[in-house]
Amino acid sequence: MNEFLEFIENNLQITYILILAIFVGVEVIKSIPAVLHTPLMSGANALSGVVIVGAILVMLHADPTDYLALTLGFIAVVLGVLNVVGGFAVTDRMLQMFKRKK
Amino acid sequence: MGILLNIIYLIATITFIVGLKMLGHPETAKKGNLIAAAGMGLAIVGTVFVHELEISPIIYTLIGLAILVGSVIGWFIAIKVEMTKMPELVSLFNGFGGASAALIGLVEYSKNINDTTQSTTIVSGIIIGAITFSGSLIAWGKLNGSLKSVVRIPYYNLVNNIFIIGIVLFAMFMVATNVDSQLLLYTLLATGLIYGILFVLPIGGADMPVVISLLNSLTGIAAAITGILYNNMVMLVGGILVGSAGIILTVAMCKAMNRTLGSVIFGAFGGAASTEGENKALGSIKSTNPSDAAIMMNYANNVVIVPGYGLAVAQAQHVIHELEGLLAKKGVNVKYAIHPVAGRMPGHMNVLLAESNVEYNMLVEMEDINPQFSNTDIVLVVGANDVVNPAAHNNPASPIYGMPILDVENAKHIIVNKRSMNAGYAGIENELFYNSKTSMLFGDAKAALTDLVAELKNM
Repeated sequence: MNEFLEFIENNLQITYILILAIFVGVEVIKSIPAVLHTPLMSGANALSGVVIVGAILVMLHADPTDYLALTLGFIAVVLGVLNVVGGFAVTDRMLQMFKRKK
Repeated sequence: MGILLNIIYLIATITFIVGLKMLGHPETAKKGNLIAAAGMGLAIVGTVFVHELEISPIIYTLIGLAILVGSVIGWFIAIKVEMTKMPELVSLFNGFGGASAALIGLVEYSKNINDTTQSTTIVSGIIIGAITFSGSLIAWGKLNGSLKSVVRIPYYNLVNNIFIIGIVLFAMFMVATNVDSQLLLYTLLATGLIYGILFVLPIGGADMPVVISLLNSLTGIAAAITGILYNNMVMLVGGILVGSAGIILTVAMCKAMNRTLGSVIFGAFGGAASTEGENKALGSIKSTNPSDAAIMMNYANNVVIVPGYGLAVAQAQHVIHELEGLLAKKGVNVKYAIHPVAGRMPGHMNVLLAESNVEYNMLVEMEDINPQFSNTDIVLVVGANDVVNPAAHNNPASPIYGMPILDVENAKHIIVNKRSMNAGYAGIENELFYNSKTSMLFGDAKAALTDLVAELKNM
């Protein structure tokens, strides 16, 4: 419990942002029509690839001789980019289909 | 430099929120996706170039190479894959994001060993990332058919819950003791991976939309945790947005299946016990052939088509559009009834039918179509099972009891296209097939519908 309070104390700003972001997320997405469920999921999925920023930071901060960190970072960047590029591209393709006729 | 990067991240964060908002409306969805993608590109470029670190060229080369490799493969898969394979693809990409988060944690662990906050963040990131990765891979395998059966070890609910509690205790131990052991770190990773497998393996296909949106949400949470680790707002907010989106979709899917979120996370999930041997009392089935079915539909006034996963498997989305067009030309009023969890991911049927150019307004959602079934002459069920199973209304012992379904039994006639009498993915008998108003049109959806179209053309 003490550690929890300490965490809040030390990270007050982050805690606020965290809670506000949850509400923003819920407000932005709620009451979305069923027809867009798949594109929303796949678009959100692409967004979760934002973790690539962390993967790049790992590589930037790695010592050029720290092969383990570099290897893990490299794989993390590849997978993150896959998630981002694949996710956005496939969402676009899907939405293209919706658009075509109307 | 620092302020520039922060402004870049701020802009990226705004594009994420705006993009996601726009994704929620049909007219703006495409633009929203592109805006978010542009913001992501900006954040990536900024992270690589906008800083004051002395970086050796070899590292830059490696980063460039990694981005290039990932982009090319990602782009290629996204462009090549068939639309019917969408659920497994989303699942696979999702798993990659989770893996990325777990790997970051592995590298950062020993550097942050003495900071309780940081190491808590790191172990959480590793566990959630690992669960998402292996869980998504299992989901991917199930969806593309390489993992056919639903595997249930005895007492899997109990085993899974004990396992996750064990992982949490183990992680707490690592954080509390500041232990710097690569062995323990990789053991933690392994337990996360195993739990992901245990979690998804027992889940039947019909429950897949819930699992996929839940895994999606978890990846977002893993990204947000990594954001806390680096005190990086774009990762934090981006991750939380995905997490919320995933949870909202998960709850929507749960509602559509009459499950609570708690029962999804802590077991009692996919608990569709097979009810073999109960089908004897249900009566006899009546089978029909394409020509009789075509005659019936030709003289009907109102026809409702109920598509399900079988339609996607058989790639019959174009044939069914042809059938619907043909009927419409003959003056039949045709609609599609879309159950919220038909298929294997949220909105699966909408994407599938959009691919074959079916008009938006022909797709009617469950609440709107249900009152109309009593005026419907013929319901054509193609590859759907659980979403039209009356047991949800009248059999309290059934695992799907209470789930809202399409009330097709209120129609005058029901034609069910199915490959065989095998029970659906969930393994539940469907008494609709034994209803005196029901005729079974056996065969692969594509073949059967093609025959049906040919017969109709001859009339």
